[in-house]
Amino acid sequence: MSITGSQQDAAAAQDEVELERALSAESLGDAPMAGRVPLIELPIVRSMFRSARRNLVPPLITFVLILIAWQILCSRPGATLPSPTVVWSEAGDLIKHPFFNNGPQDIGLGWRVMVSVQRVMVGFGFAAVAGVLLGTLVGQSVWAMRGLDPIFQVLRTVPPLAWLPLALAAFRDSNPSAIFVIFITSIWPIIINTAVGVRNIPQDYRNVAKVLRLNPFEFFTKIMVPSAAPYIFTGLRIGIGLAWLAIVAAEMLTGGVGIGFFIWDAWNSSRLPDIIVALGYIGVTGFVLDRLVGAIGTFITRGTVAN
Amino acid sequence: MARAYLKVDHVTKCFSRNGVTSEVLKNVDLAIARGQFVSIIGHSGCGKSTLLNLVAGLTGVTQGAILLEDREVNSPGPDRAIVFQNHSLLPWLTVYGNVRLAVDKVFRGRKSRAERHQWTMHNLELVQMTHAKDKQPSEISGGMKQRVGIARALAMEPKVLLLDEPFGALDALTRAHLQDSVMRIHASLKNTVIMITHDVDEAVLLSDRIVMMTNGPSARIGDVLDVALKRPRQRLQLATDETYIHTRESVLKFLYERHRFVEAA
Repeated sequence: MSITGSQQDAAAAQDEVELERALSAESLGDAPMAGRVPLIELPIVRSMFRSARRNLVPPLITFVLILIAWQILCSRPGATLPSPTVVWSEAGDLIKHPFFNNGPQDIGLGWRVMVSVQRVMVGFGFAAVAGVLLGTLVGQSVWAMRGLDPIFQVLRTVPPLAWLPLALAAFRDSNPSAIFVIFITSIWPIIINTAVGVRNIPQDYRNVAKVLRLNPFEFFTKIMVPSAAPYIFTGLRIGIGLAWLAIVAAEMLTGGVGIGFFIWDAWNSSRLPDIIVALGYIGVTGFVLDRLVGAIGTFITRGTVAN
Repeated sequence: MARAYLKVDHVTKCFSRNGVTSEVLKNVDLAIARGQFVSIIGHSGCGKSTLLNLVAGLTGVTQGAILLEDREVNSPGPDRAIVFQNHSLLPWLTVYGNVRLAVDKVFRGRKSRAERHQWTMHNLELVQMTHAKDKQPSEISGGMKQRVGIARALAMEPKVLLLDEPFGALDALTRAHLQDSVMRIHASLKNTVIMITHDVDEAVLLSDRIVMMTNGPSARIGDVLDVALKRPRQRLQLATDETYIHTRESVLKFLYERHRFVEAA
């Protein structure tokens, strides 16, 4: 689908190049070379502009409409939440300068998000490795599936924060506890999806592996992982989403410099505009993480589409 | 006939499911000489694919034994390479990568990196697929995929090449083209081939012997027919050849008179 789309775009761009050349030959007369360089680039710029207009204008309009509605609702006397103008005047600095650094506890939200992302990456990284390995085990072995699947199905419903007291007791430190909560939150979809992917490896590929006498390690790297990659990345994508959901809550309780603790701190000192700005940061970061894992997945699994 | 190279020795195969045992093959006995091209033909469900899987070692025999060069076969291996009906190329590897995977696995330690590259290219040349070596399987046609499947199997230098209805999913023209390729390759490599098919013309054109299976369950070998046609064989000339017509008729008679497939209506 995406291939034909880009082909169409390319074809359209090609048409425009021809058109521009025809125009340039007419208008520029005897100096075609001088006009050619920008004219070839121009349609590309124009088509980028067109796709930007198509993808950016509608969300911008809805965003402005929401701001207006919010402004009206929160400007009434007795409104409990700050309006957009109040947010801008009181917390605008947080938006304008994401990376200021005025000492250990007074840093920009960009830095705080980075700290949280780093925690998520460590916990999620462990979850990805352990999840793929456990998922492989559950997908390959009927006994492992019968033994482990019921446990996984029960544990995956436990809310992330319910693990936190246990983690604090076990690690006696807030940072590893937060990382553990990320780990335990994001591992389940990775395990389950990997297991489904491994169970769905076509018998043909298994036969090829048998005829070639691939050893278990070769089978894992050359057949299993590439064949299950689309499933694995679905799991990773769900996992990183859950991890990002859990980090804020975990940081609220464990403290430190993450974005979650910032919100808790802002609440304690009644800085509601700061909280609203932080929500924006969290949303955008979560979106970027999701798209990042999705893009990596698309890139890596580009060959595995069934044929 | 020369001493058997591959021997299917009184093989019986049963499948058990939920306590119900069904006998698919009964007392199948077959000896194949080195360099022979043998087709196994029969109606659907007669267990011919099961027989091929047994020779491949993908499933185990219930009774009897399969011997290759007097050694018992009980697990799959590259000495009995299979060309699968649905090509079974790995979609995440290129055409070259699919063949190279087999070459690397079979010849690691025996050939240098450069030799393995050479050998991969040589086998792609045999099936005339070098032009598409960097394409993904999804980018090439069904016939081309099957060619790559053949190249991958040949690249393992198998003692016996197993073809599991290799052209079943292809259109008639592509099929004829690939049959010619297989004949050409067989003529130059003189390899031992077992081919499963349900196409009478294909069997007569390609084979030295045609093994005809009775209908299952408990299928056995109904008859074995020697194809006394000289090689190289030309598709067009054969159409009017006495021996060809006679052989073809015998196979058809076996399939449609003596062992009609009753359930098919």
